[in-house]
Amino acid sequence: MRPARMVAILAAALGAAACEAKKPGADAAPAAASAAPSADRILVGHIGSMTGSEATFGLSTDNGIKLAIEQWNAKGGINGRQIGLKTYDDQGKPEEAAVAATRLTVNDKVNVLLGEVASSRSLAMAPVADANGVPMITPSSTNPRVTKENGKVRPFVFRVCFIDPFQGTVAAKFARNDLKVSKVAILRDVGNDYSMGLADYFLAKFKELGGTIVDDQSYKAGDQDFKAQLTAIKGKNPEVIYVPGYYTDVALIARQSRELGMRQPLLGGDGWDSSKLFEIGGKAIEGSFYSNHYASDDPSPRIQDFVKAYQKRFGSTPDGLAAMGYDAAMVAFDAMKRASEPAGTSLRDAIAATKDYPGVTGIITIDQNHDASKPAVVVEVKGGTSVYVTTVKP
Amino acid sequence: MTEFLQHVVNGLSLGTIYALIALGYTMVYGVLKLINFAHGDVYMVGAFAGYYIATALDVERSPSLPKAVAVFVGAMAVCGALGWAIERFAYRPLRNRPRLTSLITAIGVSFLLEFGFQLPSLRAQGEAFRGVLEGWGLRLPAPVAGVLAVLPDNFPPGPTPRFFPEPFERVDWTVLGGVHVSNYDVVSLAVAVVFMVALQLIVYRTKFGTAMRAVSYDSRVAGLMGIPVSRIISGTFVLGSVLAAVAALLVAGSRPRIDPIMGLMPGLKAFVAAVFGGIGSVPGAMVGGLVLGFSEEMVAGYTVSSFRDGIAFAMLILVLLLRPEGLFGRVSAEKV
Repeated sequence: MRPARMVAILAAALGAAACEAKKPGADAAPAAASAAPSADRILVGHIGSMTGSEATFGLSTDNGIKLAIEQWNAKGGINGRQIGLKTYDDQGKPEEAAVAATRLTVNDKVNVLLGEVASSRSLAMAPVADANGVPMITPSSTNPRVTKENGKVRPFVFRVCFIDPFQGTVAAKFARNDLKVSKVAILRDVGNDYSMGLADYFLAKFKELGGTIVDDQSYKAGDQDFKAQLTAIKGKNPEVIYVPGYYTDVALIARQSRELGMRQPLLGGDGWDSSKLFEIGGKAIEGSFYSNHYASDDPSPRIQDFVKAYQKRFGSTPDGLAAMGYDAAMVAFDAMKRASEPAGTSLRDAIAATKDYPGVTGIITIDQNHDASKPAVVVEVKGGTSVYVTTVKP
Repeated sequence: MTEFLQHVVNGLSLGTIYALIALGYTMVYGVLKLINFAHGDVYMVGAFAGYYIATALDVERSPSLPKAVAVFVGAMAVCGALGWAIERFAYRPLRNRPRLTSLITAIGVSFLLEFGFQLPSLRAQGEAFRGVLEGWGLRLPAPVAGVLAVLPDNFPPGPTPRFFPEPFERVDWTVLGGVHVSNYDVVSLAVAVVFMVALQLIVYRTKFGTAMRAVSYDSRVAGLMGIPVSRIISGTFVLGSVLAAVAALLVAGSRPRIDPIMGLMPGLKAFVAAVFGGIGSVPGAMVGGLVLGFSEEMVAGYTVSSFRDGIAFAMLILVLLLRPEGLFGRVSAEKV
């Protein structure tokens, strides 16, 4: 009996210590982003995948948000109030995103919730934001269900990016008109709302434009071996393979397809956007294309100013996620300035009234579905980085 | 035809991995009548051990054969030690308890490894703890703060996947008119065969192997005959874990993504392979692994690819319904 009790006490102590270590570790200390810890601070909550398979999504978005906060705080904050940031890591898991959303809205009482990049995690967060009356802006979730479920627009959820029906169309048009191909195979991530939605929209549009889908294979995120699916696709001889997944899997798919001797270019969506794609994919991903929210080599002054400021602050070139995080935060702050109260329903109404906001990723107007109607760019992977090819307007 | 042959090559590559992991399951079941659910996670630890050693030896920038061998041997040693430790501290104290207790403990060890490896690095945890103390207005005493600086900052690895460096240059060949084989496939097949043959020799030609088989028939009588049962059981765990490490390194060479839950699926599938071949039978595990690898590849390639994982469990259900003792298993009557 005695050893058992000792074990129980030890376990309780371990549990307590583990809880301590995990929680504070999960929130990034907003050293540069917060000023005096006054009760008059405006608190921004961010939920992102800082670790896990899509770690660069969360880290880039967080950097974009931090840059926006620092720029506003340097100008004196919003109506004299400084802005603070509280970030939670959801490890790439939807359950964790929902828990973090509850924590931010109920415990930390944030003014606005920013996140998530991945549609499956935004879908987990959206009901929590609605239930607690905290406006939520997703920077890069493109699945339409995030703002509109069953024909009803979610009252507190907004997005500042385009949606997948448009993104699928962009890819289909690019394949048909620019790459001039008629036979495409699809390799989709079956457990991922974003990937399934995007693949479906691409399929519909590509067929409408007169192309044929020669094969439609699937994989599960985290799979290591794609050779079975790729061998089957190879047998059907497509000219392009559409892989609307996230960068870790896409890089491996590219490598394994080259190992099987397949030379077709791959085509994808904004889930590819990460420096890790080039790092892991290496030579295998060269010559492939993907649709994205912005191109960092776009010469327009607004974009270049942002790129330079980001490079100065973080020492790397901002990817699409960072730009979207920045725009989401800027739209939130712009709305807070206009709103009678930078929280709750008045903030929600101000965000909904955003019109022609000049964002880094395009002119942002929130429509009646709480979505933004913006052009998309298509970039090519060349020389270990993404190079702008063309813009497609909605 | 080339598509079929390519599937055969892929299936063989997959099957040998499952066979190597299944051997660990089957041997432990043979001697202890315990399904070691933590075995898949020993495989995962093997991959990470190899990764850490490879990073320390800077294999990424200057790969070489001696370094590859060092990575192999190092990972095998780490897994062997881990297998020994799991048996010693998690299963041996429960040896005289009902079998269900050990089974649940095995699941517990599995989760411990999986989620333990997903924790933030020890140094990050230490820093977070210091942050909490400072938030309360306390300070960390100087010697403890000194310890903080030497804590590893990349172990535990956390949930972000890592990418195993390539130990040697990849060469692809096209044979038989269109089938793509790489030197990685050839090497991994050769290494797997060598280890399986070595295991057969150990189990059937050495004193240790004979003792292992004796313990698996009847451990009490074997003990009475002078066999050091505990030592044999420890040795069995070490052997199985070493094979899991080999499997992990062979996988990591050609499918380089490693993360803390990479052992879950292969572990479950290898368990199915072991049951299919007859759990407790060494040749059964090898055959079961190969059959499962082929089935998975053919199903994923020729039918709906999302059934890839489902096929393993469908096979499990079929085997248990139709021939529960497996291909090579013996139907044992229990005298009441």
